Order: sequence, then structure tokens, then C-alpha cells
Amino acid sequence: MKRVSLFFTLAVAAGFASQAATAETLKTVKDRGQLSCGVSTGLPGFSNPDDKGNWTGLDVDICRALAAAIFNDPSKIKFVPLSAKDRFTALQSGEIDVLSRNTTWTLSRDTSLGANFTGVTYYDGQGFLVKKSLKVNSALELNSASVCVQTGTTTEQNLADYFKGNNMKYEVIAFAGQDETVKAYESGRCDVFTSDVSQLYAERLKLANPADHVVLPEVISKEPLGPMVRHGDDQWFDIVKWVLFAMVDAEEMGVTQANVDEMAKSDKPDLKRAFGTDGNLGEQLGLTKDWFYRIIKAVGNYGESFDRNVGTGSKLQIARGLNQLWNKGGIQYAPPIR
Amino acid sequence: MTTGPRKPPPQFVFRLKRALGGRSGWSGLALQVLFAAVLIWIAYEIVANARANLETQRIISGFGFLRNNAGFDVSQSLVPYTGSDSYAWVFLVGLLNTILVSVIGIFFATVIGFIVALGRLSPNWLVSRIAGGYVELIRNLPLLFQLLFWYLAVLGALPGPRQSIAVFGSYLSNRGLVIPRLIPEAGLAPVVVALVAAIVVAFGLRYFTRRLLFEKGRAITIWPYVIGLLIGLPLIAALMFGAPFSLEVPVLKGFNFSGGTRVIPELVALLVALSTYTAAFIAEIVRAGILSVHRGQMEAGLSLGLSRGSVLRLIVVPQALRVILPPLTNQYLNLTKNSSLAVSIGYPDLFSVFAGTALSQTGQAIEILAMTMGVYLLLSLVTSAVMSFYGWRLGRSLGA
Ligand SMILES: N[C@@H](CCC(=O)N[C@@H](CS)C(=O)NCC(=O)O)C(=O)O
Repeated sequence: MKRVSLFFTLAVAAGFASQAATAETLKTVKDRGQLSCGVSTGLPGFSNPDDKGNWTGLDVDICRALAAAIFNDPSKIKFVPLSAKDRFTALQSGEIDVLSRNTTWTLSRDTSLGANFTGVTYYDGQGFLVKKSLKVNSALELNSASVCVQTGTTTEQNLADYFKGNNMKYEVIAFAGQDETVKAYESGRCDVFTSDVSQLYAERLKLANPADHVVLPEVISKEPLGPMVRHGDDQWFDIVKWVLFAMVDAEEMGVTQANVDEMAKSDKPDLKRAFGTDGNLGEQLGLTKDWFYRIIKAVGNYGESFDRNVGTGSKLQIARGLNQLWNKGGIQYAPPIR
Repeated sequence: MTTGPRKPPPQFVFRLKRALGGRSGWSGLALQVLFAAVLIWIAYEIVANARANLETQRIISGFGFLRNNAGFDVSQSLVPYTGSDSYAWVFLVGLLNTILVSVIGIFFATVIGFIVALGRLSPNWLVSRIAGGYVELIRNLPLLFQLLFWYLAVLGALPGPRQSIAVFGSYLSNRGLVIPRLIPEAGLAPVVVALVAAIVVAFGLRYFTRRLLFEKGRAITIWPYVIGLLIGLPLIAALMFGAPFSLEVPVLKGFNFSGGTRVIPELVALLVALSTYTAAFIAEIVRAGILSVHRGQMEAGLSLGLSRGSVLRLIVVPQALRVILPPLTNQYLNLTKNSSLAVSIGYPDLFSVFAGTALSQTGQAIEILAMTMGVYLLLSLVTSAVMSFYGWRLGRSLGA
């Protein structure tokens, strides 16, 4: 373990000490021929590898869209699985170009880590998972409970706030890896497993008997999840930001993976700007004129990615809720492409 | 110019020279200065570069974060801790938890290690086979695997708190072992005084019997009296002045027990895994040490009429210890370092709460990793120093 920590320090030091890590990420990525994308160690719906090592998920789609925009090939990605506590160090040290791993946007993370959030891919909130047999109906009945949580998460901090705020006692058992966290919950070491609600649904699928567990109604925090990039490279920041906006705008404009070829021929001014048949917005970003086409062709629009990964077309069956477009009752909103 | 015989260089200079290739005179000195200069330059370059990069990326640096609120809770702390304490306090909490598991782990590893070693050397075929099997099995399975085995498969299989196994007001469940807590009462002071008195008398007795043994050759068995004293005196004090402690018995309340003292399963799993694992290595070291003592010593002891146990204790083990100590120290250091595997089973050691949680919350990797590694280094140095001191005393008492 000492060796691991030594290795880690050296890696960090090397990362900090090398000049190339910060500037010109786009060029670095192009020269490398591959995008290095930080993801979770496996979270169905968000970033999850199958038996063959193919990654899928909402967070993965952001990286696929990036790779499509840069290389016109959504498979030119190296996925780097990261636990919650290792993710920021990996970004800071330059090991990854973008962190797309259900990470909550908070003020301190936005400022002190030397990184920026580029947008919100999923509006989430924290919840509690308990065994049905405990007959608990509300989080306020959890006084004196043992709670399993993953370290290095906002979850861990919200948990402390919530129990303190409600004058309840609890025991926290914090694990580095999610497998151990879930196993400890399953074995009965904890009464409660807490995490972002979307992740509770995802983890519940992995339990031996998903129907024996219930998510309590309380949502105790705001967890806007989004991708992160390092400070100091505004061009790269813009690119990652607009890749997500492109997907959201595409949904709003009715552009889908299926009709993208047809829509690309459209006469409508906003579509012409997006597809680059009018103007050179893509090039202004440092990408190509057809950046928008490439993205939608590769991963579809935001709504399609949502449905396929976490929504009605997936095992998770999560409703759009807050993540519906702003003009359909949700709060997903992207600035205009013009 | 003829002078007297050349004085040997002082130890330090001599060692340094040897370490650097042993050239003497001006060329050697110049080489050393150059070497040092290059090292300093490299170190400077790394620090300066890292600083510049931290600044351009606008990553906060420095140790100011230590004063900020940590905002997360931990499951076990030897000092009072809540989420509104500072990161500096978290550091202390983690450090104490690391020291706790290391010290207890070292104790058990040593005891088990010696027992297994003696078992392996035992003339009894079955005992020596069992001890040998233990060493082979434990040494060949990865520690992390054993840790998870103890934690998830063994302790995780215990019943929940509502069905816990109850013995003498203590409860064993998958939440750990809850035992009644001792609360000091008025009778505590007299009992402590009585205990101290008993200890003093015991030492006096020992001194007296040793003199009798060495001067007159008469051996007297005193341990039954000593035990009687150690138990009897405090007992009399307690009967006269009242019980030293009252018991706070744990009761099941809600999801968990309240009251009493609890040993969390994470600590137990870590202790069991670390001490059984390290014990296997210690056993081999001890066995080698004992075998290194010439057989004649044993035979001589036996022919003097000493029992096998006495020969081992008085003659063989003290000599073997000189061989055993250095590699044993190594095992102690390994155990301390391996304790950082705690993070995978949720035991709040230094590596987990400070280099894990605090690091990811503050992002100050360089500062936190430097502090953490500094601590492991310090713990290693302290362990080595203690062991060297012990070795030095041993050497003196053996007259070497
Ligand atoms: N959104 C929260 C929590 C993120 C998080 O790491 N959640 C865990 C809960 S299961 C997870 O996704 N683990 C997956 C992994 O470690 O690979 C944060 O940014 O701190």
C-alpha cells in the first residue's frame, strides 16, 4: 500500500511538474489520437462496462460525443475508471482530459480543485435505500441507524448535515470502493445505503433481490451532475461545454440520430447554423464545421441518450422529471447555437 | 613528512565516502559537491515547476485548509470528534486509529507468530504439521483477499443487532461487539492504590527470590503468591471502600445498541487479518532464529536438569532474539504499512480519512500526501528506534 501511495504521489508530482498538462488540451488529444475520459468504476446507466469492456451510459455518451466531434469516431477513447476519492487527482494531474463521472457541481469543487464544471448532464438529489423488512417509511425514522456511504463524495457530507440538522444520531461506515459499500449494505452491516437517487436505482439493480429494497421518499440535497475540465484551457472548456449544449439543443430542435441526415439538408436558419451549412460556428470552437452532425450521428440528442441509458428504454426506468427540457416542464436548458 | 599512523576517518565521513563510491581527496570531494548540487537543482526544479503549475491552474495550495471544517463523520475515534471539527483534527483522528490498529496488531502478530514457530519446532508430528500448514496457507493468499474474507464472509455473516448473540451483558452482531462500559466510582482510588501496592510488593518478592537463587541456589516459586496479591489486595480494598466501577449495560434502541463500549467489526477484521497474516511471516523468522542457536545449547541445558520450556525461555530464545530482531522489525513496519488497506473495509485509519476523504474534498493532493507519507515514515522510524533500543539492551544483557 505504501508503494501505491508512493506511486500516487510521484504521479501527482510528475503531473504537476510537467508543463504540458495544462494548455492546449485539444492539440494534446489530437496528437495522442485518443480522448482520455475519466468515468466511474461501473455504474449502470451512467458509465458501465459490459463483459467485453464496452462502456455505455449517459456520462459515457458525453465522451463519445466529444470523440465524435474531434475524430469523427466515437470509439477513439481511453476510459479511465475512477473511484470517487481518486477522480479529482486524476484530472489535476493530467491523466484524463475530461472527468465525466456523476460528479456534483459545488462551489468548492468549482474553485479550489483547479477545475471547472462545464454544465449539468443530470439533475439529481441524494436519497436513502433501505430494506423493506425494516418497515421504515421516512428518512426521519432513521435515528441511530448505521449508514453505508462511499468516501470522497458530497453524499458523505450531506449525510452529516442531514442527521445533524434533524438531531438524529447515526453511525457512518465509509468505503473507498462502491462494491464494498454495496456489499456491506447487503450483508447487513448497515441499515441504510445512501447515494444520489439515480445511483440508488442503479445499485439496486445489482442487489440479489432488488424488490426487497426501497428508496425512501426524502431527497435531501441538490446534486447537479456534470463533466469537469482543468482550469487554464478556455478552448477545451468551451468544447466540452458545447458538446453537451449541442445534444440538448438538438433535442429541442427535433434533431435525432435517425433523422439527422435529413435535417442536415433543412433550410431552417437555426438548423443551418448548427449543421455548419451556414457560417463556421464549429470552427470557432476549434472543431470542424460538421461538429454538430458528428455528435448527433454518433450518440443522438440528449433525450435519446437519456432514454437509452437511464430512462424508459433502459433497465433503470427513471422518469425525465427535472431533466426534461425547459419547455416541457423540466429545467434542461442550453444556450442557442448562433 | 612522516607522521604517526593515520587516524581512521570518523564513522560518518567514512560511511558517506563509501556510499558515494569511496574516492578520497579533492576529486572525491568535488564529485560529492557536484552530486549534491545536482540533487538540489532537481528538487528545486520540481518544486518551482509544481508551484507554477498549481498557480496557473489556480489550485489552492498551502496548509491553510487544515483549519477548515471537515464536514464528515467517522465511525470510530479515540478523541471526541464531530463533523464540525477541522481537517487538522481529522488528521489526528486518523493517526490515532492507525496507531491503535498497528500496536494491537503487532502485539497479536508477535504472540501468534511465536506460538506457531514453537509449534513448527515441536517434536509432536501433528502440531508441527498444523503449524506448517498455517504458515503455508496464510503466506500464499493475498492480504486484501484475507481482509475481505474476514470482513464480509466471517463478520458479515453474524446476525443483525436484533438477533445478536448475548453473553454476560455483551452482544455480538454484525455491528460489532458491544460490552458493558465501566464507569468510575468512588471506590476506584483505593483499588488503584491497592493494586500499586501489590505490584511494588511483587517486585520486592522477585528481587528477594532472585538473590536467594543466585546466592544460595535456592529456587522458590513465587507466582501463585504474586497472583494472589494482585487479585487479593484490590479485592479487599473494593470490599472495604465500595466497587471501583459501575457497569453501563448496552441496550438495543432503534437500529443499534446504545450505551456500553463497542468494538466495530472493521477494527476486528483488520486486526485479525493483519495479525494472522504477519504472524505467518514472524513464525518463519522466529523458527529460523531458534534453529540458528546451536543444538548443543539445548542439550547442555537439558543435561543441567532444566525443563525443555526453561531451556527455551532462558537460553535459546534470548540468543535467537539477536537473529530475530532485525527481520522482526521489518514485519512490524510491514504491518503498519499494510494497515492502510483499511480503506477497503471502511475502517477510518489515516489513509482512509485523511489521504482519502480529506484529500478528495480539498483537492490538496501534494500537501496531504506529503503529510501522510511523513507520518508513515515517522512511525517506521519510531518502530525501528524502539526495536534497536531493545536489541541494544539485549546485547548488553547477553554480554556481547
Ligand atoms: N455525486 C456525488 C456522488 C458520486 C459518487 O461517487 N457516487 C457513488 C455512489 S454509488 C458512485 O457513483 N460510485 C461509483 C464508483 O465509485 O465507481 C459526488 O459527486 O460526490
